[in-house]
Amino acid sequence: MLQAKNITVSFGGKKALRGVDFTAQPGQITAIVGPNGSGKTTLLRALTGEVEHNGTVSLDSHDIAGMKGWELAARRAVLPQAAALAFPFTVIEVVRMGLFGGTSGGDATVPSAALARVGLSGYADRLYQELSGGEQQRVQLARVLAQVWHPVWQGAARWLLLDEPVASLDIAHQLLVMGIARDFAKVGGGVVAVMHDLNLTAMFADTVAVMAAGQMVAQGPMAQVMTDDTLSHAYGCGLRVSVAPPMTSTFVLPHTAQLTHDIGPLAPFSAVRTNTGC
Amino acid sequence: MAAITDALLDTPKGGREVTARRAHLWLLALLVISCLFSLAYGAAGTSLWGALSKLATGQVLSDMERVVLWDIRAPRTLMGASVGASLAVAGAVMQGLFRNPLADPGLVGVGAGAGLGAISAIVLAAWLPVAFIDLFGNWLVSAAAFFGGWASTLLLYRVATRSGRTSVATMLLAGIALGALAGAVSGILVYMADDTQLRDLTFWGLGSLAGATWPKLFVAGPLILASIAAAGFLGRGLNAMALGEATAHHIGIPVQRLKNVAVMTVAASTGAAVAVAGGIGFVGIVVPHLLRLATGPDHRMLLPNAALLGASLLIGADVIARVVIAPAELPIGIVTAVLGAPVFLWILLRRRGLVDL
Repeated sequence: MLQAKNITVSFGGKKALRGVDFTAQPGQITAIVGPNGSGKTTLLRALTGEVEHNGTVSLDSHDIAGMKGWELAARRAVLPQAAALAFPFTVIEVVRMGLFGGTSGGDATVPSAALARVGLSGYADRLYQELSGGEQQRVQLARVLAQVWHPVWQGAARWLLLDEPVASLDIAHQLLVMGIARDFAKVGGGVVAVMHDLNLTAMFADTVAVMAAGQMVAQGPMAQVMTDDTLSHAYGCGLRVSVAPPMTSTFVLPHTAQLTHDIGPLAPFSAVRTNTGC
Repeated sequence: MAAITDALLDTPKGGREVTARRAHLWLLALLVISCLFSLAYGAAGTSLWGALSKLATGQVLSDMERVVLWDIRAPRTLMGASVGASLAVAGAVMQGLFRNPLADPGLVGVGAGAGLGAISAIVLAAWLPVAFIDLFGNWLVSAAAFFGGWASTLLLYRVATRSGRTSVATMLLAGIALGALAGAVSGILVYMADDTQLRDLTFWGLGSLAGATWPKLFVAGPLILASIAAAGFLGRGLNAMALGEATAHHIGIPVQRLKNVAVMTVAASTGAAVAVAGGIGFVGIVVPHLLRLATGPDHRMLLPNAALLGASLLIGADVIARVVIAPAELPIGIVTAVLGAPVFLWILLRRRGLVDL
């Protein structure tokens, strides 16, 4: 179980997270949703131990602050939002970077298998920098998968922490990536994903955590949390959660073009006249 | 050299790791050939082959042969190898650390700090007691350059490190500021210098291996070897750093320790190299760049290959420096710049799309 208790994060005196509690269970996809700037990514970065924070983050009851870098790396892999690469490495070289000696490291077939899993079999010797944004994102996912290739290791669940994993992908690859996450969870691994797409969230997430303004608004099973009221309140616009026949899948649509509450000054567009006199 | 780089650059990407391993052997062979050339050619017409055949047939070497080969060319060759290797490795480590192929020890003020040390020693020596100069005169410039490099690295580190974490961006910017400051103080000292000192300053600034002696080599050599050996352990970590500090941490790299070791390695190797050979440019940028284009950016291959190619390149440049206008000598910094800058530009033009600046 991945658990965060009373997490507070400040950036330059401004609080990005205020006393957030969060729990994710292995065997599930836990989605973190919420509007821009609500603290989703900051919460994920607190879970990875990347940002300084008050409160505790624990992995199977062990405080991660007391765990060594390699211990954490053996238990969880992190997919960042943007992934720049400094030098012209090939795709397979990037994926191999995820291998950790002693866990997946011994198995030389893992990087190729991970590439095949994300649909990039023939790309091993291509230069990473020559790929499109979506392909780069999938290479990064393959690297992350290679790091925790076996979802359960030495009897303990391993974790995928994904920051907007489908952000730059087309619809088919969005389904591919979310399918990978679901398969990882199905065999006992844990997945925490920061999501923007509420419909994909409804389709794949088991548990949903809704954030707004640095606080946790609601957390629980998808069907209980994804309601008109909770989402409309969090996002500041009228949203309607429906069930679509004939597949009875849940989907979310805005039911009005109007914002329901103030999300900042919204001056109407007008012709701007600049005074050039001097 | 163009033929070698050409052959390396046209290698298909697929077998880069194999090519990189094979390059170890090619570069080792190149180093051996460079060393032989360096021992064989010089201002004095002494022949290495003549001396070797004398030794082989059990004859005794003349004093001239012994002095030229053993006391002048041998330490100079080894010094060239050490300095070239350390400059190339320092460049490669710094570029990996800063995730920027244009980073260089000169960029973070280490070179400028070492330079300030050397210039201070040359100019201020006039005020020191004569007895002190008699005892330590030969060592003064070298020691001062070395400590200047160390001091600037430590100062930089204090500025850029907060609660145990080093910000690479802060470090880069602070390095530029420190470099400018060291340059300004150096400028004041140059202004104070008399004509003789100015001549010394100019020659030191352009770099030379002419001062290489066995005692100097025994001081600089172990430090350079130790820092190159330390760099050997940084390969995997520097690879991961290419993905960014946060991702390197997620993969399980002890990022802070990696940064500590990398900074100390760079300080020690640059300080030692600048101390014994003065300002020699382009080796730290051209060598890693060339290898990265030829055999890929994997630091586990890049670092040892950079040491070998850097050593060969500097020995080669030194041979040119002392043969081309014999019996006078060109400062080696001029040779490395004349050789290095066009190669660098040519690489940029040829592989413009792949060089991510």
